[in-house]
Amino acid sequence: MSRIWKSQFKDHHVTDEALYLNRRQWMAGAAGLGLGAIAGPALAAPEGLEPNSYEDITNYNNYYEFGTGKSDPAKYAHTLTTSPWTVTIDGLVDKPGDYQLEDILAKAQIEERIYRLRCVEAWSMVIPWNGFTLASLLERAGVQSGAKYVAFETAARPEEMPGLRYPVLDWPYREGLRLDEAMHPLTLMATGLYGKDLPNQNGAPIRLVVPWKYGFKSIKSITRITLQEDQPFTSWKDANHREYGFYSNVNPTVDHPRWSQATERVIGAGLFGSRRETDMYNGYGEEVASLYDGMDLQKNY
Amino acid sequence: MSDSTSATPGLRDRLTQAINQGARRVPTWVLYIVGAVPPIWLFIAGLTGGLGVDPVKAMEHQMGEWALWLLIAGLCITPLRRFARINLLRFRRAIGLLAFFYIVGHLLVWLVLDVQILSQIWRDILKRPYITIGMAAFVLLIPLAVTSNNFSIRQMGARWRQLHKLVYLAAVLGAVHFVMLVKGFQYEPLIYLGVVLALLALRLPILSRRR
Repeated sequence: MSRIWKSQFKDHHVTDEALYLNRRQWMAGAAGLGLGAIAGPALAAPEGLEPNSYEDITNYNNYYEFGTGKSDPAKYAHTLTTSPWTVTIDGLVDKPGDYQLEDILAKAQIEERIYRLRCVEAWSMVIPWNGFTLASLLERAGVQSGAKYVAFETAARPEEMPGLRYPVLDWPYREGLRLDEAMHPLTLMATGLYGKDLPNQNGAPIRLVVPWKYGFKSIKSITRITLQEDQPFTSWKDANHREYGFYSNVNPTVDHPRWSQATERVIGAGLFGSRRETDMYNGYGEEVASLYDGMDLQKNY
Repeated sequence: MSDSTSATPGLRDRLTQAINQGARRVPTWVLYIVGAVPPIWLFIAGLTGGLGVDPVKAMEHQMGEWALWLLIAGLCITPLRRFARINLLRFRRAIGLLAFFYIVGHLLVWLVLDVQILSQIWRDILKRPYITIGMAAFVLLIPLAVTSNNFSIRQMGARWRQLHKLVYLAAVLGAVHFVMLVKGFQYEPLIYLGVVLALLALRLPILSRRR
């Protein structure tokens, strides 16, 4: 059950129900409450982020392995077996092998990170994740000098994932990052949200969160991480390379061919909620813009 | 397919007759009343949180999908009469007008609740092919909605029939609009497009002459 916190805390010790429902009031101080050291100004999230409700976050998901409707994952993802869970780390690493999730978590330093998630479909929500940096995991595996990229793979289990019957994408779902993106301190391996275990529809038991990129880069339910020299295969780029690039950094000035990326609908704002202007790098430009110095972002979308 | 293929001769005729007689007893205004219920329900559900996390998209998509159903229903009237001798012709105007009103609703949700920003609306219409196509379908339907009355039929004579064939194009564009807006490869919009094309194919001279 409570895999993430079992060793140290009980769920309700970490964030009790009343507290997290009241989160908006104490959000500003969350970093200091022992939920994990959110260290240094470099990690400061865009200010004034108000998390969406747990309800919003867990009922509005794109997880096509469970169907293409936004509420399909909440309906069908309960069939996914998330324990035991193994993440294979291979390729250009010193210690390749099958890593049991318990072992990964036993040594992981879980932090809370409140990030805005900007979907390529031009909507956004704010999610209080719990997780640890991908860098810390990669360091444990020992990245070899030839590695330039990290490839990720989602579980593909036809018997547990009804969406795999449809050729929406070339399954299994695959994503990738450049090594420096992967090692960036903002890049998170999330294992929980709102202090609870990650719900299946949100990518349990372990998923990537790259807050300055469109949501589809943040691959869910990861079973394989491969360090490699070549740019990895990525599912959406494969499906339509004109619409989805390898980088897919949030960029209001580069439109999706079929829709504008200048603004985004704020999920949870209700029927008359308004749009907000999309921020360059989803508001994380100060931290990540330097990764793309000298690159033509119109070409490397 | 004549009656001789039926196991009980006359059963199909009697069924057809029953449907036709039953249909004759339903006043057409009933359709407008019934047709008004779903959008009103949808709006109330959206206001009261019944449409989930993203009520705007839910309303937008639902109105669009219902509009496609109505367009398809309208396209079924002639084949039903021709191939099954079921005569629902008197409901066609109501179905067509309802389709138009649903599309207006779909468009209003998009304009007022979704995009909101006028400059972006214009840019989207001009720059986004799927929106351009959707708008084209809507524009094509305006003259049809305006002339969906007895006076226009009398005034226009044969030209009325010509004009109202625009619904064929509008239905295809509506379905293409749906095909173009989904991400990845998805069957559902292709099924809609297939149904529309099949209903139009039934109107091809080769098929419609054979009776």
